[in-house]
Order: sequence, then C-alpha cells, then structure tokens
Amino acid sequence: MSGGELKTFPEWVVCEHCDSVYQRVALANGQVARCERCFAPLYRASSLDAERWLALTVAAAIMFVIANLCPLVRISLQGLHNEATLWQSAAALAHGPAALIAVPTALSIIVVPFLQIALLGWILVFARRKRRAPGFATAMRMLVVLRPWSMVEVCMLGILVAIIKLSSFLEVVPGPGIWATAVLMVLITIIANRDVHWLWDMVEARPTHSESRT
Amino acid sequence: MSAPPRAAQLHVIACHTCGMVLEDAPGHPGHGRCPRCGTTLHRRRPNSIARAWALLIAGMLFYIPANLLPVMYTNMLGSGSDNTILQGVVEFWHGGSYGIALVIFIASVVVPCSKFLILGMLLMTVQRRSTWAMRERARLYRLVEIIGYWSMLDVLVVAIVAALVKFQSLSDIEPRTGILFFGMVVILTMLAAMQFDPRLIWDSEDT
Repeated sequence: MSGGELKTFPEWVVCEHCDSVYQRVALANGQVARCERCFAPLYRASSLDAERWLALTVAAAIMFVIANLCPLVRISLQGLHNEATLWQSAAALAHGPAALIAVPTALSIIVVPFLQIALLGWILVFARRKRRAPGFATAMRMLVVLRPWSMVEVCMLGILVAIIKLSSFLEVVPGPGIWATAVLMVLITIIANRDVHWLWDMVEARPTHSESRT
Repeated sequence: MSAPPRAAQLHVIACHTCGMVLEDAPGHPGHGRCPRCGTTLHRRRPNSIARAWALLIAGMLFYIPANLLPVMYTNMLGSGSDNTILQGVVEFWHGGSYGIALVIFIASVVVPCSKFLILGMLLMTVQRRSTWAMRERARLYRLVEIIGYWSMLDVLVVAIVAALVKFQSLSDIEPRTGILFFGMVVILTMLAAMQFDPRLIWDSEDT
C-alpha cells in the first residue's frame, strides 16, 4: 500500500461537513441518507437517469436562449415605451461609478447558468452511452465550483421586486423573458443543484467500453 | 448507538469534488491529488480560520459604505434624488407595500447581518475548541451557505430598474457607488463561508 497508488474505498462515504465515515447503502427513490453526527445530507437517491437528465438540460438550454433574447419586462410612460432583457440589465450596471459590479452580476445570472447547462449537456451526451466525455474530470470540477454562484432564482425575485417597484408610477407589462426565466429557475434547480457524484461511478464502471460502443 | 467513526480514525481522506474515499497514507501529508478527479486533497482546508476571518472582516467593513452611500439615482420629471437601500425600504413601507419592504429589508439587512454574526460566532467557538451545541452550530453553517447569495437581490433590482427606466428628460434611473459595495459584501461573505471548514466544529470533540 506504500508508494504511488493509494487504496480507495468505493463502498464508503464521508460526510463533507464533519468527516464521519459510513458504509454506502442503497436508497429507495426520494430517500436521503443523512449524517448521524451533524444531520447533513450525505447522498440522495436520484430519480433521474442520464437520459432524462439530458432532456431537462436541453429544455433548460432552450429556456436560457429565450430568457436572453426576449425582454423580461416592458414599461411605458406617457406614450414612450422601453424594455430590457437579462443582458441589458447586467449592462445597465456598467455605467457610472459602480461599473465594476456589472461583472459579477453578468457572471451570476448569465455566464454561470450558461456554463452549467453547457457542461452538463456535454457530460450527459456521453454519459447516456456510459462513456466519459473528453475533459470529464475538469467539467465535473467546474460544476462543483460554479454551483454557489448561479443566481437565477435571486434574479427572478429581483425581476418581481422591480416590477412592483415600478408599477406605482409606470405601466409595467411582463415580457416573454420573465416566463422563460421562471422555467429556467426551476430547471436549473433540478439539473444543476443535485448530487452529481453518481456520474463518476456511472462512467467509471466501464473505462474501456467507449471504443466498442461508437 | 455509538457515534460513527471519523475519517482521521480510519486513516482515510475524502475528495471534496467527487466524493472518493482514499487511504490517508502516513507518507502522504494529506495534500496529494485525488486519482479520480485531480482535485487537491486536504484533511482540513488550509488556513481556514485566518482566511475566513479576513474575508468576513473585509465584508463587514464594506457593509458600512454599502448602507451609507446611495445605491440609485432617480430622476423623475426633472427632480433628481439619491437613494440608499434603507431609504428605499422606508419608502415602500410608507407607501403601503409592506411585503416588498420586508423582502428588501431581509435581503439587505437581516441576511448579511446574520451572516456576520453566525460566521463570527462559528469562528470564535472553533478557535476556543468549544464543544457547545455542535449539532446546532453545524446547522447554522449550512443555513449560512443556503441564504448567502440572496443579498444579491438588491444589486439585481437596481440593474433591472436602471435598464428599464431610460426616458432621458422625463425620467432616468442610474446605479450609484453603494451598490458596488453591496455586491462586494455578498461576494466576500460567500467566500468567507466557503473558506470556513465545518469539520473544525467537530474536531473539538476529539481532544
């Protein structure tokens, strides 16, 4: 056991929050294994297989495009009209003394959700054939890093607050982009905020399988 | 029921990215790379407490200008005014929109302030190796992780409102410096929470 190769324990799971070690047990659908020491969730039974997961990711991609192309909100004031898309909202911050804040804003509502969808799509297209996508490890690492910075749900609440704020003195009409953002919020939660660990096991089972399947 | 063993007792180390459990060999200082995904392995996050304190204190300092400086300039039919976050809350409250006033108040005051208090408390108790209410403290940490990014709400509202209201002479809304500090508070406190290693809470149990 000394030297380069470290022994691995695939049947064990370690709580990320307190380092307690458990034996993996099979879970029924919808069940969550929790740590006895700190009650943090250890892992969940996934009701999604790669096929369904990919389908939802494609749906999220379509919603993402609509949310970015169509206006979120239209307003009118004394015969004048105006509307704004997600991108225009982030760009509006880039003017004036607070311009720097436009960067994290654009990242959290546009770039990070885009990367999440793109990386998951890439991984899942291969995973449904039990294959490991090129750059699989990097993509999986990025998904873990990106997760806390995806703020579609905060953005949705922000749009609602902005509508209520403006409706006191302007005429405000929700645009198609707001519905796409709402659906995107739900889809991102389903596809990206879940336990992705099992993908490792799934594509690892047959490492040399890829050649024979294409 | 006896408590489950901990990773150090079984001489194993878990990868944060892919969940793989590996032997923590004595020859390896615990800073090797995961053979499956390539992430650097740590028994505990390096300098967790010092980094978390630094980010938390920076966030607290930025919270002062975030509240004192205006976040938005509003020009309505020729009369312009600068508004801070709290002025906005008060206006909504007086205007009768109690729900919205509450939502903004929670996102801009309750969430950041509870993050300061909870993270500060966690860091102090971990430094004192306190065994007090460990399960509850672990829960508070997970709460901080979950609520963290909702303060970004203020930034996004300013962004959307400023993007929409552009009618030159009639009315105009522009972002102001306060919103930059506000965004920095959110980012710094999120980084502080990520730097804090919740496993430290339970390490006090061992000694």
